[in-house]
Amino acid sequence: MRLTVNGEDHQTDISLLSELLVALDYEGDWLATAVNGELVHRDDRPGFVLADRDRIEILSPMQGG
Amino acid sequence: MLELYGISVASRLLLGTARYPSPAILSEAVRASRTDIVTVSLRRETAGSRTGSVFFELIRTLGVKVLPNTAGCHTVSEAVLTAKMARDVFATDWIKLEVIGNHDTLQPDVFALVEAARILNGEGFKVFPYTTDDLVVAERLMEAGCQVLMPWCAPIGSAMGPINLPALRSMRAHFPDVPLIVDAGIGRPSHAAIVMELGFDAVLLNTAVAGAADPAAMAAAFTGAIEAGRVAFQAGLLEPRDMAVPSTPVIGKAVFS
Repeated sequence: MRLTVNGEDHQTDISLLSELLVALDYEGDWLATAVNGELVHRDDRPGFVLADRDRIEILSPMQGG
Repeated sequence: MLELYGISVASRLLLGTARYPSPAILSEAVRASRTDIVTVSLRRETAGSRTGSVFFELIRTLGVKVLPNTAGCHTVSEAVLTAKMARDVFATDWIKLEVIGNHDTLQPDVFALVEAARILNGEGFKVFPYTTDDLVVAERLMEAGCQVLMPWCAPIGSAMGPINLPALRSMRAHFPDVPLIVDAGIGRPSHAAIVMELGFDAVLLNTAVAGAADPAAMAAAFTGAIEAGRVAFQAGLLEPRDMAVPSTPVIGKAVFS
């Protein structure tokens, strides 16, 4: 399955969003995720099944004005 | 006390967290400012870095409320999704709504801003819209459900200070009961004092503090200026006049010739 994660292509057999985060070494309590332009709440990640060519955004806090 | 969406805050300075020389200096500046609210943002996390968590754990030690922004968004859909992701991370329904329309001036796209504000207010957000000093846009934002307005006084980071005082005065007069926060363009404490003397409720700034040689000292200077401007507004300022008026009474003046 081909995925785009934060703009980069990934080839993976992992199908759950929560497991993808662990496999790609995204850690910490302060992450926000969206798939194909829709928010996926943190509580929904363990049950969120990914599909081929999904676009995943993983954001975290940073400095802002 | 200033009330923003039902929350009372003592400080009338909202401080940005970007562009400081180091996390330690950011912390010093936030403490020196005695602010109650800091702005934060969201960006793509780098795998394995925990950069975002390290930053946000620092912010949490400061004991301030966070106002996430949608900085960098240029469309309604980007801004709405960023706001939803911010709510998921920061556990607040406050959002500083920015939809940028021009690369050179960072002027808000006010049409997209109003549309995004309507969507977000409908989804339970408390929207703090970064807007211009245009009264019609401000009216539309209020109709869209906003209860706070954040007009610029000059382009973001320009440090020009209030470049259109009549427009700011009109805005204050037109919305006497709406919390108005001047956001963007402030360069000096005297600029902040000027807009507070006009009756604005608060000031949001970042670069003027973060870019100072001593950010913590500058934060304290802004706090003093903002408090002075607020007290001066409440005390009732003298209107300027063209001709001199003697301050010493002339009655009883000696006649020597």
